[in-house]
Amino acid sequence: MLPFDVTTHGKLLSYLTFLAIGISFGTVLELAGFGDARKLAAQFYLKDMTVLKTMFTGILTACLLIFLSGSLGYLDFSQLFVNQTYLWPGIVGGLVMGVGFVVGGYCPGTSVVSAASLKLDGLLFFVGTVLGAGLFGETVSSFSGFWNSSYTERLLLSDWFGWSIGTTVVAVTVLALGFFYAAEKIEARMRDPEKRWSWKISSRPYVAAAATALVASLVVLGLGQPTPEKKWDKVGAQYAPLLENREVFIHPLEYVKTWNDAAIKLVTLDLRSKQDYEAFHLDSARSVSFEKLADKDFVFELDQLPPQGVVVLVSDDEQEAVRAWRRLKVQGVMNLYILENGLKEWKDVFATVGGPHLDFARPPAKILEAFPKDAFKTKIKLKTARKGGGLCG
Amino acid sequence: MKTKQYVNPYLAGVLLGVVLFVAFALTHSGLGASGAVSRIQVAVTSQVAQSYVDRTGYFAAMGGGDRHVLDHSSVIMLLGTFAGGMMSAYRNGRLKFEIFKGPRVATRTRLLLAVVGGVLMGYGARFARGCTSGQALSGGAVLSAGSWVFMFAVFGGAYMFAYFVRRLWN
Repeated sequence: MLPFDVTTHGKLLSYLTFLAIGISFGTVLELAGFGDARKLAAQFYLKDMTVLKTMFTGILTACLLIFLSGSLGYLDFSQLFVNQTYLWPGIVGGLVMGVGFVVGGYCPGTSVVSAASLKLDGLLFFVGTVLGAGLFGETVSSFSGFWNSSYTERLLLSDWFGWSIGTTVVAVTVLALGFFYAAEKIEARMRDPEKRWSWKISSRPYVAAAATALVASLVVLGLGQPTPEKKWDKVGAQYAPLLENREVFIHPLEYVKTWNDAAIKLVTLDLRSKQDYEAFHLDSARSVSFEKLADKDFVFELDQLPPQGVVVLVSDDEQEAVRAWRRLKVQGVMNLYILENGLKEWKDVFATVGGPHLDFARPPAKILEAFPKDAFKTKIKLKTARKGGGLCG
Repeated sequence: MKTKQYVNPYLAGVLLGVVLFVAFALTHSGLGASGAVSRIQVAVTSQVAQSYVDRTGYFAAMGGGDRHVLDHSSVIMLLGTFAGGMMSAYRNGRLKFEIFKGPRVATRTRLLLAVVGGVLMGYGARFARGCTSGQALSGGAVLSAGSWVFMFAVFGGAYMFAYFVRRLWN
């Protein structure tokens, strides 16, 4: 099941892969004519809509391939890097880039291709981007508040509009096809303003390609996204060793330590029944039913945790927690752990040293001093970034 | 060699989409260019003044102390992009020294504005945490809300400003 993580197979293979992807990328940009500033700038005078056509065809093609293979169970979408949303900084930066685009005639990637084909303007533009990046580093400290504002870790269009993935993919397809239609009509008008207006698109291959894209998006909608259980059947094998080697089971003492660690944001989910929860529960825990763990909004919230966020699952013993772990793991929740032996043994661990008056719902940090240093093995390793992490940083 | 025509924009788009999909399938993330731009900038700066890079938090994250700022997948991809662009230009008879500019603008003005445009682009790309490749293309394909808003901001900025520099290109 994809994604295949090339970065775990040695640096050489990893770098060769990135090199090959880069070469293909550069080749396609050059073939499309993106090494020519005149062609790129013509987009903004409605004379040549190549930029819009190629960009949106690229986005649409990749989007359909990603979500089709996701629906069919060949690709685990939760493992792909999704650019974080910093809404307003993105808008401001985007506007500045738009001005730079039409003044200089390139964007960073296309200027590289232009420079590679020995165009002096492309090379100078690229030098400019390096200077601009430096200038940004110089000035960012004076507006870092704004730069870090309106942030959401993983916000999809579907989350934003409250649509399903399938509906969103269909909407994106229709939008792109609408753009292509407009682009064709605008170009025709600019070429020959005298020609009579017609609604028709005369190119048969274009109509066929548009129909194929639309059908593909409808297939994504029809199939829907796989349920967590189905996904576990496909990808479970890759996570099972974490359970078998008990790498994700944390000792009650490590839990207390984590709880008192100001640098970690701890989320504890208690999976027992409401009655059990009300009878006794950890101060930090919130009660959650197993059904809730497949709820889109609930998982969305867990996905927004900062890199220092740790999620711990608690039940009577380990069985229910393991079931929950599987369910959340395949939905991309990071830094996910299980309380070892559950709450059944929780009190026993602390009763021996804490005495009968200890507040079991919130054992103090200093109780750790009563235990030998090697009383437990530390399991929590913070994974601070999704695999891949993007190429913009 | 005779200069060949550029390929059909939609065909190029499909190829671009396939490359983007393969990038996601093999590396978890898509394509990118601006991350490497930033790393090259830090590398150049640290040649001149390493202590300055160490002291400035934003730069130190990439190239402080013993960190090898250029030892990063984004830089490798950029090298590949350069190589791919050059090979394709060569094969299609487009590998020649030239300056692309509008018909009515002086060469000096064009070159100066290429640098100015680049500076704006580089600055904006850091501001928006990505460029046309890393944000618009890659984020767009995985339906990132921020990437879509960003993409319309880029087009919006360019269309709004196009009127003021129309003599550059027409």
